[in-house]
Amino acid sequence: MVTAEVAAKPKVKKEPPVVDVIFENCKGCNICVDVCPTNVLVLIKVPNKWEGYIAEVKYPEKCTRCMLCEIECPDFAIKVY
Amino acid sequence: MTFNYDEYVRTETIPHMWCPGCGIGIVMKSIIRAFTALKWDKNDIAFVSGIGCTSRMPGYMDMNTLHTTHGRALAFATGIKLAHPEKHVVVVGGDGDATAIGGNHLIHAARRNIDITLIINDNAIYGMTGGQYSPTTPPHMIASTAPYGMVEPNFDIAKLVMGAGATYVARETISKGIMLEKYIKTGLAHKGFSVIVAESTCPIQFGRRNRLADPVELMHWLKNRGVPKTKAAGMAPEELQDRFVTGELFRDDSRPEFTEVYQQVIDAAMKKENK
Repeated sequence: MVTAEVAAKPKVKKEPPVVDVIFENCKGCNICVDVCPTNVLVLIKVPNKWEGYIAEVKYPEKCTRCMLCEIECPDFAIKVY
Repeated sequence: MTFNYDEYVRTETIPHMWCPGCGIGIVMKSIIRAFTALKWDKNDIAFVSGIGCTSRMPGYMDMNTLHTTHGRALAFATGIKLAHPEKHVVVVGGDGDATAIGGNHLIHAARRNIDITLIINDNAIYGMTGGQYSPTTPPHMIASTAPYGMVEPNFDIAKLVMGAGATYVARETISKGIMLEKYIKTGLAHKGFSVIVAESTCPIQFGRRNRLADPVELMHWLKNRGVPKTKAAGMAPEELQDRFVTGELFRDDSRPEFTEVYQQVIDAAMKKENK
């Protein structure tokens, strides 16, 4: 009975996750790079920013949508869609 | 999928003034997620703070906010709660604001068991005024007013408020944002004085002086100091020295709440007057 219900459900393919770093908010503290279990993010040097560093999404295809970077970012700078 | 913080945030004030790697942002996000989970209307919340880095938080929150004098946030909050017992009153403060300058207000609010939720962001230092040691600075740590290391023993805030009579006490480090959100949510919903201690980081004033200037390194140091409640039960007291126990530490639903007790006084006085 249960298996029939499961089989009848149309398979919905989930959209691939999109990680977005907001340039103005990011202060380059490196916390998101540390908490990410699949190393999606890296820290890069930027010349036109007072803090000097910003997190960049380098391997978006590795993201598992665990939301840890979004929860642990202290600066409201990361959005995971 | 992404969480929308904009409902409770004054978006025009972001990016905020806290230093890179400061833990207060994580605490603020946990509070907002707890408000959203409880579906509280922002017009029904009074968000009160004193002075300090943590006490800048009401400036970024889009609700009824009050920025009061140093350490006196709980005194103002008690007034709000007694005038409007049906509203939700939330107080935020740093360790210095809540336990040193406002220490007396803290123990007496806990003694009354008034329905206020206090969230203490414990970063073990006075961040805004230049890194002076606070009552929660761990022993032997360097501060600007303790250049040879802290010689005084530090406060255990959870034990202090438990002894004073708070009816919900929880503690968690900022490295576990989801657990912090859960405890804040339970504390907000709890009727009575609830205290949530968020063990936080200050990389600029605390970390730099203690060779932990990297926010990630400091966060790992903090995470290793925290011991979960279940694990701590089987540990010797010597092992728990210089560490703190995390989790839901105390809960008591049997004690009467202050505004309810005070309503009985009002009713009795009105009865006598109308006779």
